[in-house]
Amino acid sequence: METELTLRIDGQDHHLTIDTRTTLLDALRERIGNTSAKKGCDHGQCGACTVLTDGRRTLSCLTLAVTQGGAEITTAEGLGQDGGLHPVQQAFIDHDAFQCGYCTPGQVCSAVGMLAEYADGWPSAVTEPGTTAELDHDEIAERMSGNLCRCGAYANIVPAVQAAAPRREGTNAGGAR
Amino acid sequence: MKPFAYQAPGDVVDAVRSVAEDPAAVYLGGGTNLVDHLKLGIVSPDLLVDVTSLTSAEITDGDGGGLGVGGLSVGAAVRNSDLAADPRVRERFRVLSQALLAGASGQLRNMATTGGNLLQRTRCVYFQNVSTPCNKREPGSGCSALAVPGRPAPTHDGAGWTRNHAILGASEHCVATHPSDMAVGMAVLDARVRVLGPDGERVIPLTELHRLPGDAPERDTVLEHGDLITGVELPPMRGRSAYRKVRDRASYAFALVSVAAVLDVADGVVRDVRVALGGVAHKPWRATRAEEQLRGAAPTPANFRAAIEAELTDARGVDGLDGGNAFKIPLAAATVTAVLRDLAASETGDPR
Ligand SMILES: Cc1cc2nc3c(=O)[nH]c(=O)nc-3n(C[C@H](O)[C@H](O)[C@H](O)COP(=O)(O)OP(=O)(O)OC[C@H]3O[C@@H](n4cnc5c(N)ncnc54)[C@H](O)[C@@H]3O)c2cc1C
Ligand code: SF4
Ligand code: FES
Ligand code: FES
Repeated sequence: METELTLRIDGQDHHLTIDTRTTLLDALRERIGNTSAKKGCDHGQCGACTVLTDGRRTLSCLTLAVTQGGAEITTAEGLGQDGGLHPVQQAFIDHDAFQCGYCTPGQVCSAVGMLAEYADGWPSAVTEPGTTAELDHDEIAERMSGNLCRCGAYANIVPAVQAAAPRREGTNAGGAR
Repeated sequence: MKPFAYQAPGDVVDAVRSVAEDPAAVYLGGGTNLVDHLKLGIVSPDLLVDVTSLTSAEITDGDGGGLGVGGLSVGAAVRNSDLAADPRVRERFRVLSQALLAGASGQLRNMATTGGNLLQRTRCVYFQNVSTPCNKREPGSGCSALAVPGRPAPTHDGAGWTRNHAILGASEHCVATHPSDMAVGMAVLDARVRVLGPDGERVIPLTELHRLPGDAPERDTVLEHGDLITGVELPPMRGRSAYRKVRDRASYAFALVSVAAVLDVADGVVRDVRVALGGVAHKPWRATRAEEQLRGAAPTPANFRAAIEAELTDARGVDGLDGGNAFKIPLAAATVTAVLRDLAASETGDPR
């Protein structure tokens, strides 16, 4: 069944007539020509398709495009400003945090979303309850566990994410968004 | 995938009535289970009705709503990540925050809703593979985890991969487990599920929402078609709580065994204790026999172990190509003992 829809991707509106079965990932890649979000598994298991929906990291392969009218979608292509790279992207380059690069756009979007969650005081499964989490190796590995890297570049991904994390002072605000 | 229509209606009563009247209509939450199942061909609805526009995405204090001070009311559209991070949940219901954070990934938790999490379906590989017989997906076709009809008799009882399957409350028709971590955390909180059906609203204790497979494994829960989960109520609790999950890798994997527990010790004896197990049954398994045995007893590791062993006397492993799942019985006993021991040891006044 076809329906009309406006998707806002990386700050630009795209008016589409679209089959309701289309995922956001397929809409991005096949209709809008934005191939930065990758199709790794198409079943929510690898994180290669990660994008930001109103600033929150989500999986575009399990998102139906029809549910996204009115949402602000950011892909790895739209992360940087004024033609420059986002600090997380720059950190991935500085730390050689990829090999084939297939998982990288998803890793980068996921890291941007994760750092925002961390800044909001969100805990993870390895955070000692009632304490402030330092973004150490274990915290980053746990918070980024939804992004698989088939090349196994984790040894450099974790330091890249750590380097991109803004220095945080003081205590955990403990707040949710 | 079969074509379908999509609606995000505003009027919840109308929406429930129209879904109840249309056998080919389903609710859509975050889509992390349903969209996967559409792709796999497990379900083929004509109409998707978006519940994120129908139910609340708010977490509210229960004081006004008859829940009691310290209780919380959680809208069905609240995302798993928001529930896990809410300061009130972390402070008052630590077990629930921990259970949520132990599930899925950051991206999935940002999408998954409270209602959808409760109603996610089993991860049994044969249920997910439409080319293999499965009584849950296709009643009467047989259970591939137990035995495949028409295949030569296996040399052991089991014919399939059973590592993720049940050790408690299973039937000869289905040995699947319910995969939710959140539901196990809610089971020890005596949570109540608010449901809106075509005939009005009702409240179901969370431990009575999911059912055992019996001879109708196609029914995961007691809900009827068209019933909409509108929220979950968490009554105030006393004591300390914790969630521990054992799995094949450190993160981003379903539970082999998980344990949720609440322990309240007073005057050197157990005043109240609640234990639920995940990964072991078709529903979150409240260990009521163990709880009864422990109330009034000294909070010692020996008593904890004796109580969970009493609970597990009915547990049965299922043989399987992967070596079967009997290992879960001692694993469950050891995990429950460890969680209760740690809660008893941390009993230093500061209630969680
Ligand atoms: C790779 C992967 C790993 C995962 N790991 C874990 C894990 O470790 N632990 C864990 O617990 N979960 C895990 N999950 C499952 C995840 O938690 C569920 O998919 C999610 O909670 C479902 O919520 P949803 O809102 O996306 O539901 P949907 O997919 O939208 O819906 C699920 C079902 O519920 C119905 N439904 C939804 N909302 C309502 C409502 N309000 N009233 C009535 N019916 C409704 C739908 O019709 C559908 O049948 C994992 C999922 C994936 C893909
Ligand atoms: S265990 Fe249940 S879900 Fe799995 S194949 Fe058997 S009947 Fe189907
Ligand atoms: S392509 Fe979406 S998670 Fe793998
Ligand atoms: S760099 Fe190749 S998959 Fe990650």
